[in-house]
Amino acid sequence: MTSEEAPAARDVAVVAFAQTDHRRSTAESSEVEMLMPVLHDVLAQTGLKTADIGFTCSGSSDYLAGRAFSFTMALDGVGAWPPVSESHVEMDGAWALYEAWTKLLTGDADTALVYSYGKCSPGSVRDVLTRQLDPYYVAPLWPDSIALAALQAQALIDAGHTDEPALAAVGARSRADAAANPHAQLKGRQPQGDYVVRPLRTGDCPPVGDGAAAVILAAGERARELCARPAWIRGIDHRIEAHGLGVRDLTDSPSARLAAEKAGVFERPVDTAELHAPFSAQEVILRRALRLGDDVRVNPSGGALAANPVMAAGLIRIGEAATRIHRGTSDRALAHATSGPCLQQNLVAVLEGDPR
Amino acid sequence: MSKEPVAVTGIGQTKHVAARRDVSIAGLVREAARSALDDAELTWADIDAVVIGKAPDFFEGVMMPELYLADALGAVGKPMLRVHTAGSVGGSTALVAAGLVAARVHGTVLTLAFEKQSESNAMWGLSLPIPFQQPLLAGAGGFFAPHVRAYMRRSGAPDTIGSLVAYKDRRNALKNPCAHLHEHDITLEKVQASPMLWDPIRYSETCPSSDGACAMVLTDRAGAARAPRPPAWMLGGAMRSEPTLFAGKDFVSPQAGKDCAADVYRQAGIADPRRDIDAVEMYVPFSWYEPMWLENLGFAEEGEGWKLTESGVTELDGDLPVNMSGGVLSTNPIGASGMIRFAEAALQVRGQAGEHQVDGARKVLGHAYGGGSQFFSMWLVGSMPPDA
Amino acid sequence: MPEVLQAPLVVEFPFTRSLGPVQSAFLTGLRERVVLGVRTGDGRTLVPPVEYDPVTAEEIRDLVEVAPTGTVTTWAWNHEPRRGQPLDAPFAWVLVRLDGADTALLHALDAPGPDAVHTGMRVRIRWAGERTGAITDIACFEPYDGPAAQPGDHTGEFAAPLTGIVAPARLDYTYSPGRAQSAYIHALSQQRTVGERCPSCRKVYVPPRGACPTCGLATAEQVEVGPRGTVTTFCIVNIKAKNLDIEVPYVYAHIALDGADLALHARIGGIPYDQVRMGLRVEPVWTEGARFPDHYRPTGEPDADYETYKELL
Repeated sequence: MTSEEAPAARDVAVVAFAQTDHRRSTAESSEVEMLMPVLHDVLAQTGLKTADIGFTCSGSSDYLAGRAFSFTMALDGVGAWPPVSESHVEMDGAWALYEAWTKLLTGDADTALVYSYGKCSPGSVRDVLTRQLDPYYVAPLWPDSIALAALQAQALIDAGHTDEPALAAVGARSRADAAANPHAQLKGRQPQGDYVVRPLRTGDCPPVGDGAAAVILAAGERARELCARPAWIRGIDHRIEAHGLGVRDLTDSPSARLAAEKAGVFERPVDTAELHAPFSAQEVILRRALRLGDDVRVNPSGGALAANPVMAAGLIRIGEAATRIHRGTSDRALAHATSGPCLQQNLVAVLEGDPR
Repeated sequence: MSKEPVAVTGIGQTKHVAARRDVSIAGLVREAARSALDDAELTWADIDAVVIGKAPDFFEGVMMPELYLADALGAVGKPMLRVHTAGSVGGSTALVAAGLVAARVHGTVLTLAFEKQSESNAMWGLSLPIPFQQPLLAGAGGFFAPHVRAYMRRSGAPDTIGSLVAYKDRRNALKNPCAHLHEHDITLEKVQASPMLWDPIRYSETCPSSDGACAMVLTDRAGAARAPRPPAWMLGGAMRSEPTLFAGKDFVSPQAGKDCAADVYRQAGIADPRRDIDAVEMYVPFSWYEPMWLENLGFAEEGEGWKLTESGVTELDGDLPVNMSGGVLSTNPIGASGMIRFAEAALQVRGQAGEHQVDGARKVLGHAYGGGSQFFSMWLVGSMPPDA
Repeated sequence: MPEVLQAPLVVEFPFTRSLGPVQSAFLTGLRERVVLGVRTGDGRTLVPPVEYDPVTAEEIRDLVEVAPTGTVTTWAWNHEPRRGQPLDAPFAWVLVRLDGADTALLHALDAPGPDAVHTGMRVRIRWAGERTGAITDIACFEPYDGPAAQPGDHTGEFAAPLTGIVAPARLDYTYSPGRAQSAYIHALSQQRTVGERCPSCRKVYVPPRGACPTCGLATAEQVEVGPRGTVTTFCIVNIKAKNLDIEVPYVYAHIALDGADLALHARIGGIPYDQVRMGLRVEPVWTEGARFPDHYRPTGEPDADYETYKELL
């Protein structure tokens, strides 16, 4: 018997979100130079100073830019003096937000600063991500991230769940929506392009780019003081699947479904969903797994097909969903983040605004 | 609103060695996890979530290895978090896991940290050929040795203190079957005769490079009530970070370390650590860090830590034993080293430390740090629950 | 603003991977043209064999041989193979369920074009000519329309099993140090050391990192420091570093350049190593074409008083 079913004793909300403009390259900036403006932005939105923040948590990966301990230098942007209560996950920032959420639930902190950043431009992200794979049987073959997504897409086509025109429509809709997103990297009408790895064409794949994002969480009354309409985290959960691609049903996402169930997604309909689906076919899989009907507004930001700073793109989904609640364009939104090859690990959060 | 008390009911470690050539990375972590489950008499199905930590991914050349390790750690279908806070990561990982229980998000969590240093070479991972940067001039010891010299200058400590620490920790390691170094013929003279690598640090005052893993089962009050053996209770836990390098940074006694300890003591109701705490497992990668941390953690006044070491207070049979397990000086699977401190502290208050048990240890501090002495994580565990 | 610097960064290492019993048997088997799977408690056969059951987490060790023929469960056409991939010519990535297995193995399929590939097609292993005990001992799969091969009854016991593999990995990056460090490096090429001052706390950072780490603010105001400075602390290095051509013993010191608010690290020369002391006043010695001072040497000034640099230790 676990205490998993017990209701959260404390309400925690996203009260501020900021992101950089995502770009193909930010060679003129170091990671901290890229990150600092978004940290300042969320602090300014809430009027908080670093010293007011109860807990800080970040997400990043050393492998992206090829530097061990890259997060230690990023901390320079926080102004960690006097010393701060701080932690780091070698994961997408969505999981840093999860850790911060648990910290707020314990009552040890009332506010948390969460940030993440990803510089994909220094390396070849397709090749870098091969290093995530089983180091004995798979990584030595260097199957790149687009190849693995293409295997998944073909399985989905074979199963009759989609076809190439439908996939192209996902990409086109994402970039069309991104036209209204000033931070997006790829927006407006884009050619579907040639096959990169068949059946995926350029238009089915995310742009490669650099970016950073930051969120401030606050608990209870503190959230109401800091934000006119806090985006309350009604539930958040994440689950992982087996690593081997050949043991999984690539056409489904049982971990996303389970996380959604635990987060309470299915208790009431959501009006908006920000899905972290870097490849068009993955949106199709996630829509089915998360039971999102045509009445749900999916990825109004353009999603990861419009900007995919790896390690930040998941946190950005939560931030985008929260922003819609802040602005009153959503009342109940789902936010999703993924990690690992072919949606191996998934996080789902449900955000709600106070009734209007 | 109150936090759920957190208990340690299972602890597992591998036998730490220079190279575990008989197991895969998965096999290594599995051994520690399995042994922690066995200690708690639980099965994989009893675990609600897994929190794993390790130092940089370049050390094993696997990016985010938790993805590949999900199967080995029974995490499939469960939440799995991966922590990385440099050298303090083993401690931070345990604290993140404890947070899940304290927040009542989960009832029982498996936490684990590891490093398989034999897969590559730590110095390679730490000194990638970054363009435009001056190559590292002195290796790992060269980073720490100037700070040791600064400590000696400040405190006036005699230059034999470092060798006393090393001699003690290596003898303690002989009583710990999991420790990497078992130098049966160790003598103080041998330590003092070992080559001076980074003056003032001698070879015998440095840590080895190890393969190893450490795991713990953390659970709530209900879980503790079902535990087959006495649990260790978390009485306080905290993390603190300060920037890597900054004007005014005190490398000898970093503020983040002081603040972290103060937070833990406040949570645990410790008024006088020297009096109220029975033993310490602290992160001492170079022997001189024992007196330095004794001061930083409030066990001695500034400049006085070396006197505790010199007078035998920190010996296994002393008044404040430090690193009963043999410490990082005897075992250093980098990413796991912090969790080993936390776990060894818990073993002590559970009375399960075997030959290196301190009689009557009721409150023991586990300490980890990393980066350029910038990341700190600590917990204080006790034999009685926090509300008792 | 000076041009932002960029340079190649190669991260390369031959990782030494120990295998454990199951992976050892599988890779040794490939060397001997035998494909092994592992049987789970509920009778499924996993190929490639993993050490722990993905469903139950139980340790599994029961090895069984499967056939070198199988069926494609999904595929993707790779018209532009990348470095390190199994074939140089265009090929299909495939997941193949070998006959006798319940799970699929990832590898390459050599086929004339995408029209020759479909899910459900039959394939067989093409073995590499030289096999060492690695997943690449399977050169690739090839189309096959014969009957399913009959697996042998190998149990995974080999005379000379592999215990480890060497897995070389190389990633190529383009490193750029960003604005602040680029400016610093440009100034160094004129043998000047230029830091940046925090607009709030007024501390001067050398090298500048673009942010004041205590205030969390961008720094921009450039301040030339040095060239002279004070040794705040040091160590004597007695072991030769692999990548450095410096005779030991030598002194590695923290040096607070005049006008800087934290110390940088450099070697001390021009004085016997055992005469270096805290407080020693030093100046840089440049060599032709070097990016950084080769070392620092004593200026001959009287030592600095401890009180003047103790905050910079």
